[in-house]
Amino acid sequence: MRGREDEWTGLMRSAMAGDDAAYHRLLKAVTPVLRAAARRGLARAGQPPDQAEDIVQEILLAVHLKRHTWDSEAAFAPWLFAIGRNKLIDALRRRGKRVFVNIDDFAETLPGEAPQETASAGEVAAQLGTLPQRQRDVLQSIAVEAASIKDTAAKFSMSEGAVRVALHRGLAALTAKLRDH
Amino acid sequence: MDTDQLIRSLAADNAHRAPRVGAVLTMALLVAAPLSILIFATFLGVRADVMSAMRNPFFDMKFAVTLSLAIPAIIVSLHLSRPEALLRGWGWLLLLPVGLLAVAIGSEAMMAPAMPVTMRLMGKNSRTCLIAIPAMSLPLLAGALFGLRHGAPSNPALAGAFAGLVSAGLAATLYASHCTDDSPLFVATWYTLATAVVTAIGAAVGSRVLRY
Repeated sequence: MRGREDEWTGLMRSAMAGDDAAYHRLLKAVTPVLRAAARRGLARAGQPPDQAEDIVQEILLAVHLKRHTWDSEAAFAPWLFAIGRNKLIDALRRRGKRVFVNIDDFAETLPGEAPQETASAGEVAAQLGTLPQRQRDVLQSIAVEAASIKDTAAKFSMSEGAVRVALHRGLAALTAKLRDH
Repeated sequence: MDTDQLIRSLAADNAHRAPRVGAVLTMALLVAAPLSILIFATFLGVRADVMSAMRNPFFDMKFAVTLSLAIPAIIVSLHLSRPEALLRGWGWLLLLPVGLLAVAIGSEAMMAPAMPVTMRLMGKNSRTCLIAIPAMSLPLLAGALFGLRHGAPSNPALAGAFAGLVSAGLAATLYASHCTDDSPLFVATWYTLATAVVTAIGAAVGSRVLRY
C-alpha cells in the first residue's frame, strides 16, 4: 500500500509540474481503487453497485477541479480519499439514504483492487447534453474521439486557446450540474 | 461517456492552473472591504474623541480582541478549505480572543472602575453594536464565502461558520473605532452576540454554497 501511495504522490507532483502523461497515468491508477471503494460504500448503504461509476466520475471531476487544494508536500492518498468520501456521502444523501457516520470505505489500507474495467456512467453523459454546443463539441472531440487539442482546434476552426477554455469551462459546468441536479 | 474518456479529457485540461485558495480569499476580502468601509463611513465614522481614547488601554484592547479573532479565523478557514483537513488541533486558536477578553475583564475589575458593572456591561451603544457589526460583516462574509468556494471543505457548514468569524472579526475591528464603550464587559457581551449572529449566517449559507 505504502509503495503504491508514494507512487501516486510522485505522479501528482509531476502532474502539477505540467506532466500531462503522469496525470493521465495517475487518474488511471486511482480509478479502480475508487471504484472498489464506491461499490463497498453503496453495498453498505444497501444500494445496487451499478451507481458506482457515476460516483467514480464525480470524484475524478472533483479531484481535477480542486487539485490546487492539494499540498504538494503532503501525501496524495489522504487528500484523494477525503474527496472520495465526501462525494460518496453526497451521492448517498442525494438518493435519500441514511449515511453512516464512519464511512471507512476509503480507508488508507484497501484490499485488493477490483479488476481493471471501464464502465460508462449515465449521469455525466446526461449532463453533457445540457452543456452549450461549443463546450459539448470540444469535450466530445477530446474525450470520445480522443482528438488532441490541436486537432480539435483545427476541426472547429478555433484557436487552441479557445479549445482549452471551452474544455475547462465544460468540465467545470459538468461538475456544477452534477452537484446541483 | 465512459470513465476512460472522462480521464482523457481531464488529462487534456491539466495545463489549466487555478490560483491558490489563499490568493482568491485575499482578493475577495479586498474587494468586499470598501463596501464595509462605506457603510462605516456613511453611518458610523470614527468616534470624536479618538485621540484621547487611544491613551486608554481598554480602547486599544478592543482591536487586539477583534484582530485576534479575525486573523486566526482566516488561518483556520484556509486550513479547512482542504478536503482532508480537520478542525482538531486548530480550534484552540479561537481561545485567543477569549483569553484576551478574560485578562482585560480581570484587569478592569482590579482597577476599581469608575462605573458599576451593569453600566459598563450595558454601555450606551448595545443596539448600534448589534446592528452595525452584522451589517458591516455582510459584504465581507460574501467575499469570504466566495473565496472559500474556491477550496474544497469537507464540512461546508463549519467552513461557512469560520467565514462568518472572519467577517465579524474584521467588521468588529471597524466598529471598535466608532464605539465609545470600551469596557471589556461590553465587548464580551455585545460583540460576542453580534459575532454569533454572523457566524450562524455564515454556517447556514456555507452549508449550501461551499459544497464542491
